[in-house]
Amino acid sequence: MARVKHESRWYPLEAEESVLDGLLRQGVAVPNACRAGACQSCLMRALSGDVPEAARAGLKDTLRTQGYFLACVCRPVTGAELEVAGADALRVPARIESMSLLSPSVLRVRLTTDASFDYRAGQYVSLLRADGLARSYSLASLPREGLLELHVRLVPGGAMSGWLVREARVGDAMAVQGPAGSCFYVPGRPEQPLLLAGTGTGLAPLYGIVRDALEAGHTGPIWLFHGARTPEGLYLADELRELAARNVGFHYRPGVLTGGSRDVAEGALDVLIRAECPKPVGYRAWLCGDSDLVLSLRKKLFLSGLSLKDLHADAFLPSAPRVEAVGAR
Amino acid sequence: MSTAAQEKSVYEQIGGEPAMAAAVDVFYRKVLSDDRISHFFEDVDMERQSAKQKAFLTMVTGGPSNYTGKDMRAGHAPLVKRGLNDVHFDAVVEHLRATLEELNVPAPLVERVLAIAGGARADVLNR
Ligand SMILES: Cc1cc2nc3c(=O)[nH]c(=O)nc-3n(C[C@H](O)[C@H](O)[C@H](O)COP(=O)(O)OP(=O)(O)OC[C@H]3O[C@@H](n4cnc5c(N)ncnc54)[C@H](O)[C@@H]3O)c2cc1C
Ligand code: HEM
Repeated sequence: MARVKHESRWYPLEAEESVLDGLLRQGVAVPNACRAGACQSCLMRALSGDVPEAARAGLKDTLRTQGYFLACVCRPVTGAELEVAGADALRVPARIESMSLLSPSVLRVRLTTDASFDYRAGQYVSLLRADGLARSYSLASLPREGLLELHVRLVPGGAMSGWLVREARVGDAMAVQGPAGSCFYVPGRPEQPLLLAGTGTGLAPLYGIVRDALEAGHTGPIWLFHGARTPEGLYLADELRELAARNVGFHYRPGVLTGGSRDVAEGALDVLIRAECPKPVGYRAWLCGDSDLVLSLRKKLFLSGLSLKDLHADAFLPSAPRVEAVGAR
Repeated sequence: MSTAAQEKSVYEQIGGEPAMAAAVDVFYRKVLSDDRISHFFEDVDMERQSAKQKAFLTMVTGGPSNYTGKDMRAGHAPLVKRGLNDVHFDAVVEHLRATLEELNVPAPLVERVLAIAGGARADVLNR
């Protein structure tokens, strides 16, 4: 049996149980969402004891050296004793500055942060409500813009998205934790063709990356594919068309599964991509949004010749069902 | 000990770590395109998976590797439970050969690598 100490109390873990599940089961509140090692909402810090390497995969070196790890994938070996603390130090207080609908199902949320918040366009943050509810959202803004911009898809029955659209008010206090992720533009090869593809609010990080690349003076072709089931799922189309009109190298290609028109292609996203970029060897690519689509696209692009080091993907994993605390009173 | 032990490893001869990075792309692409074995390599985290491919290639080319036979057994045991057998093993070896040939590794070195890989059969298949 392994044990975890949190705020001067010891909590036993069951065999193979993660630190997150063990703490939640015994009534300790720890922010969490995807519970698959992706969203980084459940970051904690080890004050003493050994953290398995798997629980630190994907973390920045600056976080690793401070002992941070992902509680959802941290399964200490039998007999291990680990003393942990929350990641409060990584949270930056934020305030809702404005909210508006970009489409019937996408809410644009702009936040101001009290302290300055360093990030690269395209990375994601954990957004925390005052009671600890946490969800990951990608940043659609550019660092120079000051405000953090999120595109939140309204999920039926969604805890965070439902609250934001129905109850949250401008001025409400929240917190952001992060940034995380490797979906961002890297200057240095201005002529390299770029391919960006996303579904739904997967557009958010891509909107940041495209503008970042253009502002950095990227000269190579930039392809942006935005997919949705129906035309109502597309948004920011006018802004993107205008951006394409002003930048000859930038091509915006919206696509839908049904209800295509003169301006919007109809068909599966990978088919649209193949039609425009039949041989993407040497490209750099970013894929964001629905996780099944992102994973299958990544595989297809890799197989058609894109190098792994040039492929960046953020799968928007949904939150995992909550573990109820047992025996907590 | 044979004189081969004093020779530079294949890993060094083909260019060390940077060459591995290129080899991973080629090898992983072949593995993923092969319906016989691709299901073993589907991983949500492609970076994690590519790190493992690199560990595999580094090991079979005699590069710096800390894996023991016991690690190999433990690492592949879940796959054996999912049906990993000689057919899959041979497919991986086949892709390994094709990868090295594509990267213009000289034939005698290819044979050495395949011998190391072949030697791992019992551990990988947990026999
Ligand atoms: C790295 C990362 C980046 C993300 N970036 C964004 C972003 O920029 N914009 C954005 O809108 N979302 C993004 N997400 C998803 C986001 O974190 C939330 O999962 C999402 O907003 C739903 O949260 P909620 O609280 O509204 O709904 P929940 O209360 O979490 O969900 C309500 C119900 O709907 C189900 N559900 C939720 N989403 C899905 C789905 N996609 N498919 C199937 N079932 C689902 C849940 O399982 C649950 O049963 C990202 C996720 C990750 C991991
Ligand atoms: C030729 C002999 C082989 C050697 C030397 C070998 C070596 C390795 C090594 C070093 C790792 C990395 C372990 C880690 O870092 O976690 C690994 C992982 C893996 N190997 Fe092999 N391997 C061999 C054959 C095979 C075969 C035949 C298959 C399946 C067809 C296979 C499938 C895998 C998979 C799926 C993983 C990742 C497991 C995980 O996700 O933890 N290997 N192997």
